[in-house]
Amino acid sequence: MLAETLLVVRKDLRVEWRAKVALGQVAPLALLILVVLAFALDANSSLLELGAGGLYWVAVLYGGTLLIQRSFDVETDDGNMDAFRMSAIGAPSLFLGKSLALFVQIGLLELVLGSGIALLYNVRVTDWVLLFVAAVAGTVAFSVCGVLWGVMSAGLRVRATLLPLLLVPVLAPILLAGSRAFETALGVRADAGWTWASLMFVIAAIHTAIGLGAFGFLLEEG
Amino acid sequence: MTSTTRSNAKMTATPATRVLGVLAIAATALMAVLGLFISPADVIQGEAVRMLYLHVPSIWIAYGAFVLTSVSSILFLRARKRREDQGRHYDRLAGSAAEVGVVFTGITLITGMLWGKVTWGTYWQWDARLTTTILLFVTYLGYLALRRLPADPMVRSQRAAVMALISFINVPIVHYSVDWWRTLHQKASLSVGRRPEITGEMYWTLLYSTLAVTIVATWLMIHRYRVIRLEELRDEEALAALISSRLKNDDGSN
Amino acid sequence: MSAVVEFEKVVAVAGSFPVLTGLDLRVAQGEVILLRGENGAGKTSFLRSCAGLISVSSGDAHVLGFDMRVDRRAPRRYIGLLGHENNLYRDLWVREHVEFRAAAVGAAESDTDAALLRVGVPKQLWSVPIGSLSAGQRRKVAIASLVVGRPRLWLLDEPHASLDSESRENLDVILAEASQLGATIIFASHESPPTNGIASRVITMGGGRVLEDSGAS
Repeated sequence: MLAETLLVVRKDLRVEWRAKVALGQVAPLALLILVVLAFALDANSSLLELGAGGLYWVAVLYGGTLLIQRSFDVETDDGNMDAFRMSAIGAPSLFLGKSLALFVQIGLLELVLGSGIALLYNVRVTDWVLLFVAAVAGTVAFSVCGVLWGVMSAGLRVRATLLPLLLVPVLAPILLAGSRAFETALGVRADAGWTWASLMFVIAAIHTAIGLGAFGFLLEEG
Repeated sequence: MTSTTRSNAKMTATPATRVLGVLAIAATALMAVLGLFISPADVIQGEAVRMLYLHVPSIWIAYGAFVLTSVSSILFLRARKRREDQGRHYDRLAGSAAEVGVVFTGITLITGMLWGKVTWGTYWQWDARLTTTILLFVTYLGYLALRRLPADPMVRSQRAAVMALISFINVPIVHYSVDWWRTLHQKASLSVGRRPEITGEMYWTLLYSTLAVTIVATWLMIHRYRVIRLEELRDEEALAALISSRLKNDDGSN
Repeated sequence: MSAVVEFEKVVAVAGSFPVLTGLDLRVAQGEVILLRGENGAGKTSFLRSCAGLISVSSGDAHVLGFDMRVDRRAPRRYIGLLGHENNLYRDLWVREHVEFRAAAVGAAESDTDAALLRVGVPKQLWSVPIGSLSAGQRRKVAIASLVVGRPRLWLLDEPHASLDSESRENLDVILAEASQLGATIIFASHESPPTNGIASRVITMGGGRVLEDSGAS
């Protein structure tokens, strides 16, 4: 199963490496969102500093949704989903592989976004460990939820609108937890950042369990 | 299928549900009288407290409906491999319950906002309950959207069942995270509204309203269930006609 | 000879349209079957239901000994399916793609080069993104992706489409060799000079059923 999972990861990352959609298009777009959010808040530096944690996760939500869509557009293009169904790779490995590849891509997006926030919103990190752990926890949760909902809307004509509609309510607790944990890590709010971070791990674990069990028949179409 | 069962199946009403429908209207009328005129105004909230009799039963019904959706979805996933009916019954149950749940969540939100305008002076407060409820509302709207997609019926039902399960597991997560968020940061703003003490006539009116709303919800659900069944019958008949016409055409051409 | 495909009164539905309407067919191991029929006759649907991609709603269907109404995923790893679409990741390079497909069906990645040469994809194209290839070259890459898996059952939907005459002959040779090694081949085609050359049996479909069978036993 590990070998199969890594096979899928390697393929997805290779597709991204060749096409450079995440780095070439989604990351710059997410940076633009940071600029636009600053416009919306009238570039009020104290507001931006206070809200940096939340705005970061909003930008991740936006860019991440695009990446999830892209991850499944690759699979539905040219009938690729058929080849996936016909392959000997087990559904759990597919689920883990797609999630892991998405984790790497969203992680890269977050590196770009994080640097952007640090420079544009003038934030100071007080707890690097918490920041890192919260980012990882949120990204894991984001990736597994994304793959789960991504496969449900894959190949549908309405996928561009359906995916966010299904995804955002499920991601709401992650957005909430991520924002609060970041605010603690950025020293804006002194409270339970670690508990928020662990909440995200719990959410990730639940959705991973569902994905491992249900991905097989979510993949079938007829 | 015989012609008699088919003509019966063309309608959603049966004598029993007609009685239930009349009962629902009568119960609602009595609920209006009790809630609007007979029960007293609250000492602090005044007339606004009457919102309670629709608001509270609605959210109970909505939660009950979503529980039913989840349970039916589990039963459907267990029965979907059965050859005779593929568990379609549970899928219809899940779908009709979710529709009723969404409607009553909507009623809860609207009455809650009106109530909030009167008591807090604002339609919306970012308190835990309201935030959870609106997320619940949007989640199940998404569920209904997923059910309406054109797809193979079994595929659609399986996806919907998985989504129903995830959504249901997500309810407590959303609730506790939102609850925790608001209690940690905004203790002051929450104490605006005092919960009215519910005793005597108010208590009985609330209890009765719950019964009345339950009757209405049950009646709606039965009809929605039958409409879904009719839609399936229509598709099955169309399919059977297609198969036989394809067979006939081939025989003719040979 | 044992039956590779055994369909009895099979009805299959896609969306809400009956694509197979009581299809009876038995295919023995090693046969090379040409499916003919007009558009909408059910050729593609038959191939897809053999692959377990369309579920059988009534009748009995066995593929490679597996009951398709019990587990239609079971025989898939022994099947090579080539549909109208090529199932290619157009961002990947040719060689990377075939390597991935080989690994995905559990075949050795080292067979990749041999397969690419066998179907006639020239070496200078191996490190080129698939998206930049011509339609014929893409079809060849798709065929190479099947060849590496050494399937026991080949299901090919218009495999000769967009290939030039030399490549068509080459594909026929590949298929003939595979069948001599024991593989079963079912391919659909409505080319007008019939490519029956390699077919041992011709089946004409219509309205989701078998109309004529040259080798009915």
